[in-house]
Amino acid sequence: MTEQVESLIRKDYAAGFHTSIESDTLKPGLDEEVVRFISAKKEEPQWMLDWRLKAFRAWQEMEEPEWAHVHYPDINFQALSYYSAPKSMADKPKSLDEVDPELLEMYEKLGIPLHEQEALAGVAVDAVIDSVSVVTTYRAKLEEAGVIFCPISEAIARFPDLVQRYLGSVVPQRDNFYAALNSAVFSDGSFVYIPKGVRCPMELSTYFRINEMNTGQFERTLIVAEEGSYVSYLEGCTAPMRDENQLHAAVVELVALDDAQIKYSTVQNWYPGDKEGKGGIYNFVTKRGICHRNARISWTQVETGSAVTWKYPSCILKGDNSVGEFYSVALTNNFQQADTGTKMIHIGKNTSSTIIAKGISAGQSNSAYRGLVRINAGASGARNFTQCDSLLIGDRCGAHTFPYIESKNSSAVIEHEATTSKVSDDQMFLCQQRGLDAEKAVSMIVNGFCREVFKELPMEFAVEAGKLLEVSLEGSVG
Amino acid sequence: MLDIRNLNARVEETEILRNLSLSIKPGEVHAIMGPNGAGKSTLGNVLSGRPGYEVTSGSVEFNGKDLLDMEIEERARAGLFLAFQYPVEIPGVSNMEFLKAAVDARRKHLDLPELSSFDFMKIARETSKRVSLDAAFLKRGVNEGFSGGEKKRNEIMQMMLLEPNLCILDETDSGLDIDALQVVAEGVNAMRDGKRSFIVVTHYQRLLDFIVPDHVHVLAAGRIVKSGGKELALELEAKGYGWLEDEVA
Repeated sequence: MTEQVESLIRKDYAAGFHTSIESDTLKPGLDEEVVRFISAKKEEPQWMLDWRLKAFRAWQEMEEPEWAHVHYPDINFQALSYYSAPKSMADKPKSLDEVDPELLEMYEKLGIPLHEQEALAGVAVDAVIDSVSVVTTYRAKLEEAGVIFCPISEAIARFPDLVQRYLGSVVPQRDNFYAALNSAVFSDGSFVYIPKGVRCPMELSTYFRINEMNTGQFERTLIVAEEGSYVSYLEGCTAPMRDENQLHAAVVELVALDDAQIKYSTVQNWYPGDKEGKGGIYNFVTKRGICHRNARISWTQVETGSAVTWKYPSCILKGDNSVGEFYSVALTNNFQQADTGTKMIHIGKNTSSTIIAKGISAGQSNSAYRGLVRINAGASGARNFTQCDSLLIGDRCGAHTFPYIESKNSSAVIEHEATTSKVSDDQMFLCQQRGLDAEKAVSMIVNGFCREVFKELPMEFAVEAGKLLEVSLEGSVG
Repeated sequence: MLDIRNLNARVEETEILRNLSLSIKPGEVHAIMGPNGAGKSTLGNVLSGRPGYEVTSGSVEFNGKDLLDMEIEERARAGLFLAFQYPVEIPGVSNMEFLKAAVDARRKHLDLPELSSFDFMKIARETSKRVSLDAAFLKRGVNEGFSGGEKKRNEIMQMMLLEPNLCILDETDSGLDIDALQVVAEGVNAMRDGKRSFIVVTHYQRLLDFIVPDHVHVLAAGRIVKSGGKELALELEAKGYGWLEDEVA
């Protein structure tokens, strides 16, 4: 079985290629001038520059967090370049026909042709390559519903009041080291605004990928759902192969006002490094949402990529009766490391949260679940249910669970369940005796293990997630 | 159909099968009986290629091919089916999805077109009815939370769907009440078409009241110590296994 596991992990990263689009890249290094350059390049107003500079000054005084169960060489932040944009962006394409054919081809290779998505899925796509949004579709239909879905750089210019009001309201500039860095140098990202009482007529989806050598990618996403509105947002990503480790430090802020609901789904498939653990993306992400009265935020994530993942999508349950949910599948293979989980902060009365976390470790990888459930003194009637399952494939990987529970209210009900299991030889044998090959058997067993999470994903994403697990597990049995 | 010659097999360092020879013709039903620890289950595991069972010498020919040279899944696709004594659970994988994947693999091997989900679902529903399993079981995880009897009936359903050439039933009767036993036996009997062969491994004669074998073999200490017709099973029922073991010794 272990030998089987070893030899199944031997296929090359399917999304590993590098397109030769000319880039307008800033020289490596980070100081105030760089922050000013980025802001000027984007023709930002003074308030935005001031906001960035405040973050930059805070960042200079902060230290990298070291508490996560991950190990990687020190990052030289001065060796990274903080701005890069595909050159063809000088003249923004008005439609897909004007888009650089090489970019379109790149999407084709990833199996996400825009044309097809547009026609078949009815999904509005805000495709980000490196730091600049390339094309936004379905704008008209969304505008009809009053929904704003645009690059955040555009939102800063067009909707400064909204951006100024909510940017940093959930993840402040000095929240943590990587959030501060992101606040100073964020390149682009998405802005979503759903007006009062509106149910967003389609799933909103962003695909983006890192494409420049040595370029840190700093996405910034802000979603505001007004009272009684609903939106489902899909974020998916995959990056081309390269040798240097690349830093990615995104910030996502969700604001769900009274009675609003936000469903945020992620499929993360960045380059995980090679079989020897060389290369791969460092993924240090801050994602947090705030729920006002009767609001609900659901985070669903399928994390299969990156060399190092540090990510805790969280909910602040501020309003009474608000609901936070976190559904996660984190798969690590070869030498990948993941430290991921969530924080549920119960502030309002009768708030409830659900955490379902599934970790799958193969090869010599390590995955950790780290979760905080905090019930504040005023949060009477708070409820939490946590279920945290780990599946091991082979005998050289590790799974770790770090649950933190802090309750200051005696009426709270908190449940925590955890299991660790292995893909058993008996399960493998049953599948193979019924004619399935070892690879199909493992992927089927792992998919079954993740079922509770996958059923939370929007349909088209669920299929993709299943396929992704299959690709990520290739070579884990044989 | 199946020709086993001088088969020796072990698990870790323990010799389990010793010079076992057995020949099965198309359409025949062979019962393998014997005391606990005789190697009855080992035979099914060796034939299906279960990891941990090592063949040290001998040969097995299955439909003219060297069975021992084939991978587990190749044996399965070529029509060798093992109904498990203790079917394992695969949580979260729906029975339907699992069965479809199995049937697809078998049909591909036979150069038959893949069944559409719609057609497959129809066939699966009909088959579940034949083994008295509610269609709801198709949506549940493979064996997940099934009772002992439901697991066994699920095995028979898989067998019916896969239409194997050789079916090995490993103590399928163990833990079954008389109603479930009848359902299982009816399922097997319905599949007896004069071409398909069966190896029925059992400790008790009871199952053989329902599935009447053409041949009965008694396995003791890893070898066949006595073979006969269906009446041998009755003799064993009356006399136990002790006299045969004495005879061998």
